[in-house]
Amino acid sequence: MKHKVSVVINGKQREDEVEPRLLLVHYIRDVAGLTGTHIGCDTSQCGACTVLLDGKAIKSCTMFAVQADGHEIRTIEGLAAPDGTLHPIQQAFWDEHGLQCGYCTPGFIMAAAYLLDQNPNPTEEEIRKGLEGNLCRCTGYVNIVKAVQSAARKMAGTTAVGATGE
Amino acid sequence: MAITTMVGARIHRREDPRLVRGQGRYTDDFVRPHTLHMAVVRSPYAHARIRSLDTSAARQAPGVVAVLTAADFKPVIAGAMPVAPAFVPEKKQTPERFPIVEKEACFQGEPVAVVVAEDRYQAADAAQLVQVDWEPLPAVMDLEQAMRPGSPTVHEGGPDNIGWDLTFSADADAAFAEAEVVVEQRIYQQRLAPTPMEPRAILAEWNSGDETMTMWMSSQSPHFIRLFVGGALGIPESRFRVIAPDVGGGFGSKISPYPEDYLVPAAAKLLGRPVKWTETRTENLQNATHGRGQYYDLAIAGNRDGKLLGLKVTQYLDIGAYVGTFGAFQACACLLPGAYVWKQVASRTVGVLTNKVPTDPYRGAGRPEATHLVERMVDLFAREIGMDPAEVRRKNFITEFPHTNPFGLVYDSGNYAGALDKALQIAGYEQFRREQEAARAQGRLLGVGLSTWIEICGFGPSAATAPATGGMALTESAQVRVFPTGSVTCYVGTHSHGQGHDTTFAQIVADALGVPYDQVEIRHGDTAEGPSFGYGTYGSRSLAVGGMALLTAAGRVRDKAKKIAAHVLEAAEEDVVFDQGQFYVKGSPERRKSIQEIAFAAYGAGLPEGMELGLEAVAYYDPSNFVWPFGAHICMVEVDRETGDVKILRYVAVDDCGNVINPMIVEGQIHGGVAQGIAQALYEEVVYAEDGTLRTGTMLDYAVPTANEMPPMTLDRTVTPSPTNELGVKGIGEAGTIAASAAVINAVCDALAPLGIRHVDMPASPDRIWKLMQEAKA
Repeated sequence: MKHKVSVVINGKQREDEVEPRLLLVHYIRDVAGLTGTHIGCDTSQCGACTVLLDGKAIKSCTMFAVQADGHEIRTIEGLAAPDGTLHPIQQAFWDEHGLQCGYCTPGFIMAAAYLLDQNPNPTEEEIRKGLEGNLCRCTGYVNIVKAVQSAARKMAGTTAVGATGE
Repeated sequence: MAITTMVGARIHRREDPRLVRGQGRYTDDFVRPHTLHMAVVRSPYAHARIRSLDTSAARQAPGVVAVLTAADFKPVIAGAMPVAPAFVPEKKQTPERFPIVEKEACFQGEPVAVVVAEDRYQAADAAQLVQVDWEPLPAVMDLEQAMRPGSPTVHEGGPDNIGWDLTFSADADAAFAEAEVVVEQRIYQQRLAPTPMEPRAILAEWNSGDETMTMWMSSQSPHFIRLFVGGALGIPESRFRVIAPDVGGGFGSKISPYPEDYLVPAAAKLLGRPVKWTETRTENLQNATHGRGQYYDLAIAGNRDGKLLGLKVTQYLDIGAYVGTFGAFQACACLLPGAYVWKQVASRTVGVLTNKVPTDPYRGAGRPEATHLVERMVDLFAREIGMDPAEVRRKNFITEFPHTNPFGLVYDSGNYAGALDKALQIAGYEQFRREQEAARAQGRLLGVGLSTWIEICGFGPSAATAPATGGMALTESAQVRVFPTGSVTCYVGTHSHGQGHDTTFAQIVADALGVPYDQVEIRHGDTAEGPSFGYGTYGSRSLAVGGMALLTAAGRVRDKAKKIAAHVLEAAEEDVVFDQGQFYVKGSPERRKSIQEIAFAAYGAGLPEGMELGLEAVAYYDPSNFVWPFGAHICMVEVDRETGDVKILRYVAVDDCGNVINPMIVEGQIHGGVAQGIAQALYEEVVYAEDGTLRTGTMLDYAVPTANEMPPMTLDRTVTPSPTNELGVKGIGEAGTIAASAAVINAVCDALAPLGIRHVDMPASPDRIWKLMQEAKA
């Protein structure tokens, strides 16, 4: 039996009929076609599937799509400004070489968006602690930490657009 | 090369804007109409015989289109999976491996059936309904037990469990006879799971109309997959297209062909619809090839003045249930001499079959092992004679290049003492030794470890690599096309999956042709494009071999353009000079044509007599030697006396990969490499239960470090260009991993020295160290 799901993804309303067991990440990827959100494990360890649900970072492999009914979802595709300008965190990951293969990157950027929303001026230790739900195999986290520090500096004094919505 | 504008610049990666926007295209992102999804039914036992297999319930499950077993695949997949003969002419047995089990499963996870359904959930559900009546057989899990006469065998009816037994050089007795000091040690290298963040994935589409197969997959070497799988399926390379799009990391685990690489396209052909299979993380940890999995019996000999004389090594390598395609590349004997001069080195490798997933290259593949061994043994020797480990290293460094090592390999260039001295200075070694002394007086356990690593990479000369692979030389190809308006598309046979080749290679070509960087497009990963064969990315080869292929092809284009320019400028070719994209007539610089103008001319009328139209070239580059990066890593740690926990206080890496094209990318490679070396030293280990059940089958159990565990790193470099290639480059993709485990473990052992602890195996986890400390107290 299918259930109706009504969500706002990246500012756009959509309604779908889904099986109750459909994971939110599969809904985002396979139904909504937003493949920037990735899957790296089966057990909620890697964080590649991190998205914002009502502004809060969640692992979309750990929720059913039906649980997102009535909620607002933001994925990596919805982070840049409407004119295409990169979000400061996206820009910082680029500037600081915070990615290599790029597979974990959308999850890290979404997790960092929430981290900086909650703590706009984190210490290095707070960044490392704040990103412990995300795994990267390429960078040794060195430049990811630098990217988040750099983004925090750029975002200081501005509203954390993207983290909590418009 | 001439003084250039792009090479050497810290250019931000062109790959990144789409990746940070979520516009990367990884295999599972691709959708074809009417795609079916495959789930694999796997052996729950490490070793078991199939009594019977009942697929009837699965066939009737909702959405299921087919359940296929060995009986279905045998007629369409010809022959066994490939195994390179590498370095081991004395292979004793290479058990045949068919992609799917017919009668006997030999490791937990080996495929026995596949379920193909309309969606992935239905396929996974129905896979649970396949009934296999198993007869469990004894599982051979321990290397030492596996080697004992009368041990149960990994394969029923096998003669024993010895895959190979090869002595590279037997004789070090003279060196040991004259030595004042001999130190012996057994050292373990635990099994590791490469764990790229993107698990493997395959989407195959068979077009029955024109009999072509297209396969998207997460691979480091799409041409090799086309060669192997196309051959097995009877599809000629001309009609088999393998596309490795964005790939979320490989680390060696996406080189060799896997069972699913055959099963997915075979199923697509049998069923006449596209078939997709995406590996789960548990499947990845269980079935993707593991790395390391070895132990060594070692002895080092030298004199009390610090002079090293001899080294004896026997490697026991856990092959797993089948010899990996490139499994024997882990035999690290040739690199054991490290950065030092020896009188003699004796080395033997024994490959031992076990009922586990095969081992195959994992970042470094043999070289991290070799470095760890020689660096540990040098430290044990230094401690035995009471000399500072930095001093012992300095006394024994190779100082003259080219240097032929005891196995006949020729190191191209180096300045080992230069890298060490720089690292010692940056790390504040002398100061730390004083702090360590003071800390010890207070009962605190501080330690410092050195790793003066070297590496063989840039695989490689055809004369050396073709025999090792069974015929295919690991050279590299490139094609450069200059279009009539002057923009350039380059095709390379390497594959970038995080290394930033699109950026680095475009920097090289922009300089070589004097065209704007933004007008150089780099393409890779599609066997339907570019030269007929590419060799893929692994073994830190892409720049030193692939970059040279690209430079060579660009050079051919430039040479032709120069001929055209001379003709257009009505000058003799030898009077035409090329600089920054302009062809000048010597002595009259106003007579000039840009390469764009020449490109346009190349497609028009009025070329020199006999010259063909067009401006493009293909090159296959066969290097004259390997390249030999090196460096010095220093790790400083504190071990918690109560818990055994290791905290890294400082990590310094001074590396030398010859000339640097893009420093930012080089540093990123070192960061990631060091992280994987630290992970081996302190955290990660594949663990099997005695019955062959994998205990580290999720990321909850297999400890890939988070940002919390990783220290900041201080990097620097020396630059000793390679004389092997025109770019003067070496490799850097594996350097960090090769260097790091020895630096960390040497530091841990140094910290524990006051307790009388000589050696700690990996991972140096708190419980392992705590137990050693308890034993030391007793």
